[in-house]
Amino acid sequence: MKIFRQLAIIFGVLFAGHLFQNIIGLPIPGTIIGMIILLACLMTGIIKIEMIEDVSKFLLEHITFFFIPPAVGIISSLEYVKDDWLPITIIITLSTIIVIGVTGLTVQGLKKLQRGDGKDG
Amino acid sequence: MAKYLNTPIFGILISIITFEIGLFINRKTKIAILNPMLISVTLIISFLLYFDIDYEIYEKGGSIITFFLGPATVVLVVPLYRQIEKLKKSGIPILVGILVGAFTAIVSTYFLSKLFGLEENIVLSLVPRSVTAAISIEISKEIGGIPSLTVAATTLTGIVGSILGPYIYKVFGVKDETAQGVGLGSGAHALGTAKAMELGETQGGMGSLSISVAGLITVFLAPWLMKLFN
Repeated sequence: MKIFRQLAIIFGVLFAGHLFQNIIGLPIPGTIIGMIILLACLMTGIIKIEMIEDVSKFLLEHITFFFIPPAVGIISSLEYVKDDWLPITIIITLSTIIVIGVTGLTVQGLKKLQRGDGKDG
Repeated sequence: MAKYLNTPIFGILISIITFEIGLFINRKTKIAILNPMLISVTLIISFLLYFDIDYEIYEKGGSIITFFLGPATVVLVVPLYRQIEKLKKSGIPILVGILVGAFTAIVSTYFLSKLFGLEENIVLSLVPRSVTAAISIEISKEIGGIPSLTVAATTLTGIVGSILGPYIYKVFGVKDETAQGVGLGSGAHALGTAKAMELGETQGGMGSLSISVAGLITVFLAPWLMKLFN
């Protein structure tokens, strides 16, 4: 029963997120609104971490698995990328390296500035 | 062949089996590029093409698996909540970092695509690729991209980021745990964050924070920058 209860809480939050999106008509996806709702509930203590812990752990540990079908969906956009798949792969790889590197350096640099030393904390 | 496979069980079963094969190969070889998900996707695509099975038949089961991306994305705030004190302490560096990341992702993707002379609708499909699929697909529709191509580009971004992330940090000299998490979450969404969780609890928490914040920023930044560039 514990698993069902945890699932119900998580689906409830997700549902609330989609409901909000439909009512307000924001361009933000319901999933993201759901994230904000869950964080607010955790911080105010309405939802305790133990109430969703087991199902959360399962979902997070298998998140890469849930990406398999959308990735296989590449098959249905093959027509668009017939001639361009190589440049597209190069662009995505280069840009991803730049973004991760630049973002990491920015956060690390600003943290050092803020603290005035180089220790991790 | 297709008529025997016309049940959701097929899509689910082939996904699980190929993912298990991927996990096995990855464990045995310990080579990062032999990523379990990449192996699984390659095997499934090869199977579908070889036996000439429509994507729609696979998708009957596939959509049931994809459905769990919603709840899995929502519970990404659990590791974030566990790291909330670190967020309070380094709020400004984290938020500025995510903003820089979102901006760099859009701008570098746009100009690299132009450099390679890609067609406009393909360029616009690639622009939102760095944020989680739930958001990138909406942005793609708004700015005039091809949603299915955006999902593919988003997934490839996640795979590339999660495989290369640790090497990028070695080359760029990023040692700070918070910075590592923010970089992976901003640059490679949930798949990057899955890698961040392997690196450590701080990285995982910061990665999940970055997914939602980078997503929100990109929703507004991408359409605006595209207007500016045209």
